[in-house]
Amino acid sequence: MFVRGLKRKCFDGEEDIEGTLAGIKAIPSYNLQRQSLLDMSLVKLQLCHMLVEPNLCRSVLIANTVRQIQEEMTQDGTWQMINTQSTGQASLDRLVSTDILCRSSREQAEGKHVPSYGTFSKDFEGDQGQDRSETMSTASSVQAPRNLQSNVWEMENPQENKGNFQKSLDQIFETLENKSPNSVEDLFSEVDNSYYDLDTMLTGMMSNTKMGHCDGLETFSSPTNTASNSNCKSDLNELDHIVEILVES
Amino acid sequence: ADIISTVEFNYSGDLLATGDKGGRVVIFQREQENKSRPLSRGEYNVYSTFQSHEPEFDYLKSLEIEEKINKIRWLPQQNAAHFLLSTNDKTIKLWKISERDKRAEGYNLKDEDGRLRDPVRIKELRVPTLKPMDLMVEASPRRIFANAHTYHINSISVNSDYATYLSADDLRINLWHLEVTNRSFNIVDIKPANMEELTEVITAAEFHPQQCNVFVYSSSKGTIRLCDMRSSALCDRHSKFFEEPEDPSSRSFFSEIISSISDVKFSHNGRYMMTRDYLSVKVWDLNMENRPVETYQVHEYLRSKLCSLYENDCIFDKFECCWNGLDSTIMTGSYNNFFRMFERNTRRDTTLEASRESSKSRAILKPRKVCTGGKRKKDEISVDSLDFNKKILHTAWHPTENFIAVAATNNLYLFQDKVN
Repeated sequence: MFVRGLKRKCFDGEEDIEGTLAGIKAIPSYNLQRQSLLDMSLVKLQLCHMLVEPNLCRSVLIANTVRQIQEEMTQDGTWQMINTQSTGQASLDRLVSTDILCRSSREQAEGKHVPSYGTFSKDFEGDQGQDRSETMSTASSVQAPRNLQSNVWEMENPQENKGNFQKSLDQIFETLENKSPNSVEDLFSEVDNSYYDLDTMLTGMMSNTKMGHCDGLETFSSPTNTASNSNCKSDLNELDHIVEILVES
Repeated sequence: ADIISTVEFNYSGDLLATGDKGGRVVIFQREQENKSRPLSRGEYNVYSTFQSHEPEFDYLKSLEIEEKINKIRWLPQQNAAHFLLSTNDKTIKLWKISERDKRAEGYNLKDEDGRLRDPVRIKELRVPTLKPMDLMVEASPRRIFANAHTYHINSISVNSDYATYLSADDLRINLWHLEVTNRSFNIVDIKPANMEELTEVITAAEFHPQQCNVFVYSSSKGTIRLCDMRSSALCDRHSKFFEEPEDPSSRSFFSEIISSISDVKFSHNGRYMMTRDYLSVKVWDLNMENRPVETYQVHEYLRSKLCSLYENDCIFDKFECCWNGLDSTIMTGSYNNFFRMFERNTRRDTTLEASRESSKSRAILKPRKVCTGGKRKKDEISVDSLDFNKKILHTAWHPTENFIAVAATNNLYLFQDKVN
């Protein structure tokens, strides 16, 4: 009836779950499902960054849901557990930006070490103070796609929009980068380099002035679709994942 | 045919306007009573079609502005022409729809086909006469109200003074005068100084049908604020605040989302208002703020499916609702092309379907039923078989008679009460 693209860890019959919350046996499953809901919400918010005309009401409702989950996680200590594994985020008060959360939760699903449930400041206002030091090291300079709207809330400041989208893109690509060196080499080894040149990919996006749902995305996803190397496909899971959702929405 | 995005009867009910995703407006007119075709009364035929809005590109923000018509509102008729307001996300337009059924013939300087007559050949002066012609319906834009909304317009509402109207977007409500396009007055602004603190948006707004100083607006948190424009210029402080206390036993992560109000409508008599949230319709007495006087469950069987509906975004669907002329019955849409009617006095409710298979011309609609669990009876449909792509978001009820218009994606259905 429904699902496209997202893992179906869904919990219909949610009331039952809440009813059995008292039982210790039920708690891990509740946490898992709550985590799944959080992941889903963050992906939805992430998608908002890429759509041309984000629906403000929908974004606000999703963001409120995320905040609610995170508050609950903070209260019952799940937050703390995850935090101790992190690289240095100490404070429980600060919540991470949606972009980082999105990436980290995927890594978590793949068994990787979770860097953060740090600051959830809504990534909607262009926050100039936020750390932009995460940059690509392998690719040459990533040109900010000028025609793309990324900012969910604040539609009044195109400069910040560009910056935010740049940041989102950076973090998506950084996910690829953060994998083990071998996989990065695999990523680039057997494929025609010019195709995987990020400049080319992004320039392709830029040349699409009309950001309809699929136009820019087709350009975005075409390098991945035509990749002959199957390793590339698995390593680009996150990209495909996001693109798939975007194309089908 | 494009997806219908709004449906609205005019004040007399003789005209029915629809707006679609492609920016077009189609107006239907009711057939007049005709002795030779007694059954034709009640049929609506296409009266006028025009392109109201075109897609635009905002170069400053690198954003496309959709041409989809979000709302149409008629003005009361004051002369032979008809006027309506139509709006997309950013711009409101006032359209004049007028008929032309006569044409002047016998000009002195021109031939009938427009060519200039040879002056030598003109021997006498004549007065042009009006001759009948085939009816032509023309639509022309008379006013364009632009550049007043940063966010997406979700509502417009004509005031009972017939001179002003309001337009509401996610964070602001503006008051316009129908004659003035270069200026509007901001009457509600809920934008926080720091956008990171934004947790609530405006979802719908409407003027009171009789009191021209009163309007309401609903929010994504399930609250309604009634404002009186006499109390202050900026109506940030409400006069009344309507909110039903939450039932703690049914609280879930989706509670807020399903409480978000998608539509608010005053009753014709102005004593009540109706709100639509995801699962229910509520009728409020304007004199009682702490809870609604009536609550009707539209599709309670979806409550256990909220996670899936969140996943596929259906939980964000904005259903509208409407009153009948007597305020005795309310109607709203659901999924699977079902729509629901609730009789307030008898508490009787009906589920009907708008689909080609079940709607042969003049056939009586059969009531439908959704099976919620256990054994499915013969004519029932189970929750898992519902088609969530077939949603009825827009319905309209004739102001005085029992005619209803139901928009099912890109089809418009018109139903009337059984005539004996």
